[in-house]
Parts: sequence; structure tokens; C-alpha cells
Amino acid sequence: MDWILAFLETVLFASLAPLLAGWIKWVKCRLQNRKAPSLVQPYRELAKLFRKQPVVADSASWLFEFAPYVVFASAVLSAAIVPFVAAHMPTSAIADIIVLVGFFALGRFFLALAGMDVGTAFGGMGSSREMTIASLAEPAMLMAVFTLAMSASTTNLSTAIDYVLNSGLVLRPSFIFALAGLLLVAVAETGRIPVDNPATHLELTMIHEAMILEYSGRHLAFIEWASQIRLMLYGVLIANIFLPWGIAHDFSPQEMGYGFLAIMAKLLVLGIILPVCETLFAKMRLFRVPEFLGFAYLLSLLGMLSHIILEVGN
Amino acid sequence: MIALYLVLLVPLLGMAFLASFGHRLRAGRVNVLICVFTFVLTLVLAVDVLIDGIITLPGKQFRVDAFNVYLIVLTGFVGMTTAIFSGPYMENERNHGRLNDTRLRLYHAMYQGFMLSMYLVLATNNMGILWVSMEGATLATVLLVSLYRTPESIEAAWKYFILCGVGIAQALFGTVLLYFAANQMGGLGDRALLWSVLYEHASQLNPTVMELAFVFLLVGYGTKIGLAPLHNWLPDAHSEGPTPMSAVLSGLLLNDALYAVVRCKMLVDGSVGSPLAGYLMMGFGLLSFLVAALFLHRQRDIKRLFSYSSIEHMGLMTFAFGMGGPLATFAALLHMTVHSLTKSAIFVTVGHAAQIARTQKIEHIRGLIKTQPVIGWGLTVGTLAIAGFPPFGVFTSEFLLLTATMHIHPWLTPLLLLGIGIAFAGLFRNLQPMVYGLAPQGQKAVKVNHWPIMAHLGLVLWLGLAIPGFLSDWFNQATNLIAGSFPQ
Amino acid sequence: MDITQYTFYEQAILFIAALVVFTSFLMLAQRSLFGLIYVFAWQGLMVSMTTALSAYVTQFHHLYVSALITLVLKAILIPLMLHRLIIRLDIHREVETVLYPAYTMTAAAALVMFSYYVVLPIEQLSSLATRNTIAVSLAVVLLGMLLMISRRQAVTHVVGFMSIENGLFFAAVASTQGMPMVVELGIAFDVLVAAVLFGVFFFHIRSSIDSLDVDQLNRLSEVER
Repeated sequence: MDWILAFLETVLFASLAPLLAGWIKWVKCRLQNRKAPSLVQPYRELAKLFRKQPVVADSASWLFEFAPYVVFASAVLSAAIVPFVAAHMPTSAIADIIVLVGFFALGRFFLALAGMDVGTAFGGMGSSREMTIASLAEPAMLMAVFTLAMSASTTNLSTAIDYVLNSGLVLRPSFIFALAGLLLVAVAETGRIPVDNPATHLELTMIHEAMILEYSGRHLAFIEWASQIRLMLYGVLIANIFLPWGIAHDFSPQEMGYGFLAIMAKLLVLGIILPVCETLFAKMRLFRVPEFLGFAYLLSLLGMLSHIILEVGN
Repeated sequence: MIALYLVLLVPLLGMAFLASFGHRLRAGRVNVLICVFTFVLTLVLAVDVLIDGIITLPGKQFRVDAFNVYLIVLTGFVGMTTAIFSGPYMENERNHGRLNDTRLRLYHAMYQGFMLSMYLVLATNNMGILWVSMEGATLATVLLVSLYRTPESIEAAWKYFILCGVGIAQALFGTVLLYFAANQMGGLGDRALLWSVLYEHASQLNPTVMELAFVFLLVGYGTKIGLAPLHNWLPDAHSEGPTPMSAVLSGLLLNDALYAVVRCKMLVDGSVGSPLAGYLMMGFGLLSFLVAALFLHRQRDIKRLFSYSSIEHMGLMTFAFGMGGPLATFAALLHMTVHSLTKSAIFVTVGHAAQIARTQKIEHIRGLIKTQPVIGWGLTVGTLAIAGFPPFGVFTSEFLLLTATMHIHPWLTPLLLLGIGIAFAGLFRNLQPMVYGLAPQGQKAVKVNHWPIMAHLGLVLWLGLAIPGFLSDWFNQATNLIAGSFPQ
Repeated sequence: MDITQYTFYEQAILFIAALVVFTSFLMLAQRSLFGLIYVFAWQGLMVSMTTALSAYVTQFHHLYVSALITLVLKAILIPLMLHRLIIRLDIHREVETVLYPAYTMTAAAALVMFSYYVVLPIEQLSSLATRNTIAVSLAVVLLGMLLMISRRQAVTHVVGFMSIENGLFFAAVASTQGMPMVVELGIAFDVLVAAVLFGVFFFHIRSSIDSLDVDQLNRLSEVER
């Protein structure tokens, strides 16, 4: 029964991801005084891509066709790990946050390989840039995650959520720093402004888009969907760990309902904050990105340090 | 008790007076008068202490015992003689157009300000006030170092300001730790920063905190002493500032910083069983001594030459205080006195020599003894004294120190002897041509008041031949206070 | 004692203390002079806030006075003075190059850890709620020194110097609930005089080397050539 619930939750997660992307786009358009597309536009685009026949380059190997499935699968599996509506799902009990980071890395690894596979200049450039960013973002993310893990004495997400809930409203400097660091990492990893711009194909600046330039049809659909899931994953992760109030603790319909409403409300708010920031900031030059991520790492490190120095009694 | 109040009050009033009238023709004379008056007051204070023992002002913020009273008298004396020298010297500088009225006023006011901060450092019983006055001494002198407004002097002043400011910040952290350690005992309140209270309760202070505090205090005040590797400001500030300033910096400020360190060491020794504080001081002292002795050989500027000699001697004293024991402490106290007297006398002659030659470059100063025998002889005798020749006082104190080292750490004696030898060579290879060389055409004598030089060197000679009874009593008491027993 | 056992106000002290270190890091990364001064003003404000909060928590009323002095001096007067000086010296458009930002930041983080280990034995002795912030204060002192070492602008050096003072004041508040009032007033006086003197020096340096880059102050050296 639990496993079925977990499965349903994951399906719900995956199917709501395009909606979040649509919502973000909608808010952003309104902020920039443009006419907004419908909220379900991402679904339509995915459906359109699924109907189309994929075109594969002559020089592509099996890896090129294989990669989208790995990318999508890793995204869905990570979605299964993160507590979404309820904590203590059986899926979150078998894997912890380090596995989650591992899944992220796996997806990115295959995407980078696929970018280089065809042998076009853009793909290789995109892969190289993506890996540069990833190599800087990952330590920052791990540091932020470890800060949490040290406070809660666990790397399991559900247990960590319990810990935060049980200790009540505590003003923890380490959490604030880790949250800020994680937000910056999320911006970089999901390819949003100011690190990358998902809406353009400008050769000088594109990172993520350059890698997937050769994809089409259902391959592209899987990759797009996976990146929408990734965006939502970061949102849920941040919302549920730092502000876990409202999450369901048992699997009764009432609790689950409240949990669902709570996470939806949190994502709604996050979906407003992100486009506001994107509208306020300009995209930065590629050479500034390491500084940006260095700052993220610094924040996470300060979180860790302030946990050790300030919060633990000795 | 009245004398103590007045010793602090007179320089304060003097500063205020000279700040408004310091540019007038007779301001130099007024400065001398104030200094003479203060010196007389310090003598009265000294007599009081001789008769009554320790003097404490109500509220215990100020306290004079055997250790600081002789330094107060020394400060008064050197301050007075330097003021006498500075009168005609500054007049000469003004006539050569290196100074204008505003700067002369600043100079005179800050001279008294500096003296005030020195008296405060010595007389206060509060470790916090000690820090504040030490920083005040920096602030008072920093504008004097850049008095001539040459690019070099501004650079020197900036270096002095930044390095001493940052250095002494460490001492404040150490002071905070001291206060923390005292607060751990509880119930002391604001009195917890009073040296006498801390000294009384030294055995109850937490050793770890005290050790840590001492490291910070030594680094902080050590910057002011000019201990290597934080000595860089010292030669610059000495060489670029006006010469009377170099004389009081070398003769007084360095001593007072060392005094602060020794006061802190007394507290730490009372609390910590380990000899850490002593070893740290020995290490830094020996390092500065050797580094300065070697650098003496590379100097081309006469004032830099003698400021490295100051670093060398301060290193020696720090070493001696660090080694501890009655004999070494006695030697260090004596050395503080004779070094201060000799070095200020040397800077006075050097100032005149530089005015004769119109430059501070050693290679252009020649034939002093022909042009103006007083200066030539003064420089020779002063350098002989500072290099440790008998029968001068420096010889006595260095001899005592070597004896003490031979007793406690015999294997360090060769190192000390070697350093003294190197320093001697460094001084004399530069001195000989300056004094005896061929005087350039048209080199003229300058107006000199030579009795400050005579008085200082005479005193050093006297201290070398026989230490007067009351002075050795003081030294004995101070030694007893610092080292815990009388010298044999 | 874990943070969960503290009251809300004590948690707030710890939180602002963490922000104080953060401002020190920001100063190290800051390129523009105005930005530097604003961050410095924020640091002064936060130090003063922690002081006021600890005064509230511990009921030591003299700390309110210290908080007020810090607020006036470090958060308003000195930043304002530096701001006006920068405009008068016409260097407000200058952007300083930060050499090796990555190394500087790594060194800064290492300094924070170092100061934690240095003061650990002290923290264990204390019973105050603010004891954990002693490490923060030492870190601010050391980071201020790092700022002075890593930059060449005279104004930056002054900000670093003042930031060291902030750290020292914070140390006094954190470890002993402030120094005796006489001493505190004396220190405040010294800082004020130092600030004025620094202002005078900017003009002197400027007139002598025609810039405020202290690396160009290199006429004097240990061994003369």
C-alpha cells in the first residue's frame, strides 16, 4: 500500500512539473508586461514533441539515443526520493540526500556525453560549460546539504524534516546560510538567469541549450520534461527542508490533502520569487559564473562554520 | 600624591597652551619650561615613593611602585633634555624653510601630548587605560613623523600608523582576554582590569587563558617595542621624523612598550606554572637582536643606522626580561636606563651632525671632528658607550646580562657575544669616516646647546662606574617585584 | 548547550553574529569603495545590535551605552566621513582589482577555523550565552587584517583597520559583557582620533604620490640601495 502511494506521489510529481514551469513563465510574462501563454502550454509542447519523429544525426552513436532515457529516469527517481506531499514514504527511507546528488550527477554526466557525441562544435562547447558549472556547483550543494545533515545528525531527508519540525522555530544562522547557498546552486543547476537563459539560443551565452541542440522529437521531450522535474525538485527540496510545516506525517487522506495544499502553496510562492529575481537581474557573463558559484560555496561553507562555531555547545 | 596628579596635569595643560601659542618665537622655551617643571615633579614623586613606598590614587586607577617610578623619572629627564635640544634645532629647521608656523605649533603641542601619554602609560594601574594611552602615543606622534611632508616621511608615518595600529589591536584582544580571565573569578566588577588586583589574584587566573592573552599582548606591545619581524616601522619613523622625535621615540616609547610587556609577564608568571611567557620573550628578543645587528651593516642613513641599534638593544632587554631571574632582570632594568640615556644623546648629536652636513646620508657626512669638535666627540663617545665599551653603563648591564646567561642558558652566550660583535663592527665602520674623514669645503658649525649630550653621557659614565645607592635600591626593589627575589 | 536550548533573543544574537562574519567576507570581495563603506556601516550596525541584544538578555545596562557609542561611531559617523572624503578626493569611481579572490576567500575561511580553535578553551570556561561568538570576534579581527594585506587602496586599509576595531569591541561584548566604561570611552576616543588622522593622511598621501595606492609608497626599504 505504501509503495503504491509512493508510486502515485512520484507520478503526481512528474506530471505537475510542467505546470510549475508554466506558472513561472506566466508570472514572468506578467512582470514584464507581456501577454502570458496559457498555464498548460508546457504540456502542449511536450505532447507536440512526443508526436514528432526524432531526427538523429548520422554521426551519432547509441549513446545519443540512450541518454534522454537515462536523464529522464534519473530525474524521476530523484523525484521519488524527495518527500513531496508526505514524509516517511518507503522510497525516501531507502535513499538519502547523497544518493539524490548522485542522481543529479548521473543525469548530467549522460547529457554531457550526449552533447559531445554528435561531434558538433556547439554540443562540445555546451558540455564543457555545463561541466565547468557543475564542478563548482556540486561542492557548494554538498556543503549546504552537509550543514543540514550535521544539524539533524542524519542524511535521510524524512528524518531531517522530522528534526526541523520537532525543534520548532529556531533561528539558525547555519540554515539561513545553507538556504541562500542552495538557492544560488539551484539557479545555476537549473539553468536560470543570471547563470543561463533557457529562453534563448544565443551562441555566445547558451550552456544547457547548446548541449541539447541536436535533439528533436521524443528525445527532446524527455530531456525538457526532465529539466522541468529538476526545477521542481529543487523547489520542493528547499521548501520542504527549510519550511517543512504542513507536510503529511501519516497516509490518511486528510493529512495527505493538507500536505498537498501546503506544498502547492509553497511552490506557488517560490514560483513568484524566482521570476521576480530573474526579471531584476541581468544575465551575467560566463566568466563571472565561477565567482557566482564561489559565492554560493562561501555561503554554504559559512553555514557549516556557523553551525560548528555558534550552534553546537562545547 | 599631589605630585602624581600634577605630573599628569602639567603636560595636559602644556599641550592645550602650546596648541594655541606653539608657533610663537618663545614657544620652544615654554616647552622647555614645562618639561623642566614636570621633571622636578617627577623627582618629588620619586622622593615620595622612596619615603612612603607604593603610592596609589583613590579609585586605584593610578599606582606608582619601584618599577615604574624610576621610568617616570627617566621619562621626565629625557623629555626635558630633548626639549632643551629641540628648541634651537627646530628654530634652525624653521630658518631653513622646512617648517612653517602651523607645523611648529603642532610639533610643540604634540610633544607635550606624547609626554602625557608616556606618563599615563607608566602611572596607570588599569590595563585598559594602559592600552588606550599606548594607542594615544601612536596618535600623538604619527603626525610628527610626517612633519616635513616629504614623500618619504609620509610613507614612514603611514607605515607607522598602520603597523602599530594593527599591532596594538592584538594587545587589546589580549587585554580583553585578561579581563575575561579575571571575570572568571567573579565579584571583581570593574576592578578586574586593575593590575594590582590581577597581580594579587594571579594564582587563581586560568592558565590557558593567560597564556593565550600573553601571546596577543606580546605581539601587540612587541610591535611597539620594535621586535622582529614587526620592526619595519621603527627605522622609517626614526629616520624620517624630526630628530627630537627620534630621540624620544627611542629613549621613551620603546621602553614604555617593554614596560607594558613586563607588567603582563608578571601577571602570567603568577598564574602559569610553565615558562612559556619567558621563552616567547627570549625567542623574539634574540631574533630581533640578531636581525638588527646584521641589518646595521646595510644602512646608508645615519638615523636608520642608530634606529637599528635601538632594535638590537630592545631585543637584548626583552631577552633579559624573558630569561628572568634576579640578575638578568637587574641587568635589563639597568640597560633600559642606560640605553635610553645613551640613545637619546646619540640622536641629539646625530641631529646636529645632519644639520652640519645638510644630509642624513652617511657617505656625505664627513670630518665632524674638524668642523665641530663637540659633535664629533659626542658622537664618538656615544657610539662607544652604546657599543658596550667600558667604563660606560651599557658595558655594566651587558656584562651582568652575559653573566646571567652563562648561569642559566650557557649555550646562548656565544650567540649574544657574536651579536654584540657584529653590531659593534656595523657601528664603527660607519662611524670612523664620519668623524675623522675629510671635511667638505665650506662645511660650517651650527648653533648647539651641548649640555644635554654632556649630561646624558656623563650619567651613563657615572652609572658605569658606580651605581648610586638609592638607584640600586630602586633597581633591587623592582627586581624583587618582577623576578620574585633580590639579586645577589 | 545546543542552539535549541537558547531563548529567542539569544538565538538572534548568534544569528547576527554570523551575519557579522558574513559582512567581513563581503568586504573582502567588494570591489567598489562605496560598496565597501556600506558593508562596513552594516557591520557596525550589526555589532551594535548584538550589543543591545546582549544588554537586553543579560540586563547589563551599561551595554546599552556601548551599543549607542558603536552605533554612532561605527555605523554612522565613520562611514559618513569616509563617504565624504571619497567624494572630495574624487575617487568614488575607482574600482579596485581584487587579486586572487579565490585564494583570499580560502584563506579567510581558514582564518575563521583557526580563530575557532584558538578560542575554544576560552569558550569552554565561559557560561555566558554569547560565549560562542568569541570565535566570531577573533575571526572579524583576523579578516580585517587579511583585508589590509590583500588590498592596496589606502581607504580600504582604513576600513580594514576599523573593522578590526569592530572585532575587538565585539570580543569585549562577547566574552566579558563589555569593558569597564572608562576603558570603553578611551577606546572610542582613540578610534575617533584615528579616523580623523586617517582622513588627514589621505590628503597627504595624495599630494605626495598623486594616488592612494599604498603600493606606490615604496621609497623606504629595509636595506637601502
